[in-house]
Amino acid sequence: MKKFVLLALALMLILPQFAATTEANDKKIKAGFIYVGPVGDAGWTYAHDQGRKAMEALPFVGPSTYIESVPEGAESARVITGLVRKGHNLVFTTSFGYMDATLDVAKRNKDVIFMHCSGYKSAENVGNYFGRMYEPRYLSGIVAGKMTKSDILGYVAAFPIPEVIRGINAFTLGVQSVNPKAQVRVVWTQTWFDPGIERDAADSLLDVGADVLAMHQDAPATLQAAEARGAYVIGYNSDMRSFAPNAFLTAPVWNWGPLYSKIAQEVKDGTWKSEAIWAGMEQELVQLAPLNDKVPAEVKRLVEEKTAAIKSGELHPFAGPIKDQNGEVQVAAGSVAADGDLLGMNYFVEGVQGTIPK
Amino acid sequence: MLEILLDATVRAGTPILFATLGAIINERAGIINLGIEGLMLIGALAGFAATQASGSLLIGVLAAFVAALLAGSIHAFITVPLRGNQIVSGLALTMFGIGITALFGRSMVGLTISGFERVAIPGLSQLPIIGKAFFNQDLLIYFSFLLVVAIGFFFYRTRWGLALRTVGENPAAADTCGVPVTLARFLAVTIGSGIVGIGGAYLSLATTPMWIENMTAGRGWIAVALVIFASWSSYRALAGAYLFGGITAMQLRFQAMGTTVSVHILQMMPYFFTILVLVISTIRLQKGSSQQPENLGQPYDREDRK
Repeated sequence: MKKFVLLALALMLILPQFAATTEANDKKIKAGFIYVGPVGDAGWTYAHDQGRKAMEALPFVGPSTYIESVPEGAESARVITGLVRKGHNLVFTTSFGYMDATLDVAKRNKDVIFMHCSGYKSAENVGNYFGRMYEPRYLSGIVAGKMTKSDILGYVAAFPIPEVIRGINAFTLGVQSVNPKAQVRVVWTQTWFDPGIERDAADSLLDVGADVLAMHQDAPATLQAAEARGAYVIGYNSDMRSFAPNAFLTAPVWNWGPLYSKIAQEVKDGTWKSEAIWAGMEQELVQLAPLNDKVPAEVKRLVEEKTAAIKSGELHPFAGPIKDQNGEVQVAAGSVAADGDLLGMNYFVEGVQGTIPK
Repeated sequence: MLEILLDATVRAGTPILFATLGAIINERAGIINLGIEGLMLIGALAGFAATQASGSLLIGVLAAFVAALLAGSIHAFITVPLRGNQIVSGLALTMFGIGITALFGRSMVGLTISGFERVAIPGLSQLPIIGKAFFNQDLLIYFSFLLVVAIGFFFYRTRWGLALRTVGENPAAADTCGVPVTLARFLAVTIGSGIVGIGGAYLSLATTPMWIENMTAGRGWIAVALVIFASWSSYRALAGAYLFGGITAMQLRFQAMGTTVSVHILQMMPYFFTILVLVISTIRLQKGSSQQPENLGQPYDREDRK
């Protein structure tokens, strides 16, 4: 009798666990997001949060959670673990510096699926994803090259890492495809986010005669500088035209919604598998924001043509021949830069004025 | 080129200048305030929100002053009558400022206002080299010039200024002379905090007329360091803020001009100068010629008088 009671008690302890696991299978997707900046940055993190909201609208996705301004590095592992403990079964970590922490937490939580943005490592339950931002950047270069009168373009750049260098090169190649005389001047701010410095960097480019600015920063300060001085500007991250209604030409923007929804669908269907996603305009992960009405119709048509060509794979911004600043051939005529070379890009193409800090 | 550089220097230095002036008023009364970064953010958000709602930049600046003054009164209350730890309270104020502005600023992100415009002073703005930089600026910059002189005048040419300096140097002596120490310290902390708030508002109303979370990006901490550089003088605060702003502006412009000087060397300059300045001020401190208020950081209790 005593044994029977003990067995019954033991069963009572174990059974709820079984109940919980069976329930988990048809439970809704509970997604968690780790952001590097505040959702109010009007840029990078804001764009991810828009994607999160789009995904949340799916019927089988439950309310999702986000944690903002999480410092990169080992510290972030604690925050990621926290999300897992609270029952999140799909976790997005949206900055490069979370890579190792994500893999670390994933190793100990095999039943949770992780997606890491902008890195290069993966595991059985960790996929990574990023976008070919250089495609719309090339297109924005075409617009800038057509709109400049001084043939000097300014580029406010954050850090000399391949992602930023690739963007500058793609922009310059776009500029030069329509305006071979034009030069792109680069100023490094060495910060992702400092509106004051960004504004000053933009002003310094306008001071040396640039009349169209582009930028790779998280705040829209460059746009305000261009607006105040009657120049044109290309935004980044999200459509920021409200900050510069007259100066804003267009912007290469992130559109995470479709990708996030697709991943959620795959997780629900059980078809998700770890892969490295590097999607472009074809998948609509990256886009060019609608052009300002000041852009002439013929330029608009040209951009539309090139957009179609990029989507169909007919046009690759990094198709040879491409020479670097020293005139050395980096991509031979007739070939296209390999993804590996693009991901590790550390040279400026011809037409860029500025140096890459080594 | 020099003209443009000077102009950029003044514009980059002004938010730091306001913050440094506010911090000097705090420390002259003997209270360390490490909440400068938080106060700047509170000023930046309050200034932007009020301008957004009212359409008036003047109301924005006033709101920034009042909001930072109120936030500063928390620090004042903890450190003056309660005699709490000034370092801890100040750090808490910075964290409080970062948090509360993130919370209440949510709805302000993406909104726009028309910021301060340049107003040329007839005649003076035509002067070669310095004309554009000093006499073709916005009203807040002119106000900062006035404030530098007014604070210098107040501390060294008025009885009240002398009393306040005494409160920072030797509160017991001031008390004996009938100076209301607690009230003087309380006012210095709150009004100083309000001026720090205007520095934050300069960022959200003039430099980049918008609100973004954490938009001060560490300028408050530079101001804390500049107080030592300025050896608690408003005139040297002006020099320090412009030196810092100038070096930043210069390195960006060297890059834009396409100089072949290494970007790393250029970007090292502001920090190199900061270290240099700290070395010089430490040497001066050891020689005993420091201007540091004698009683800085010490709570005052009449009962403890020796």
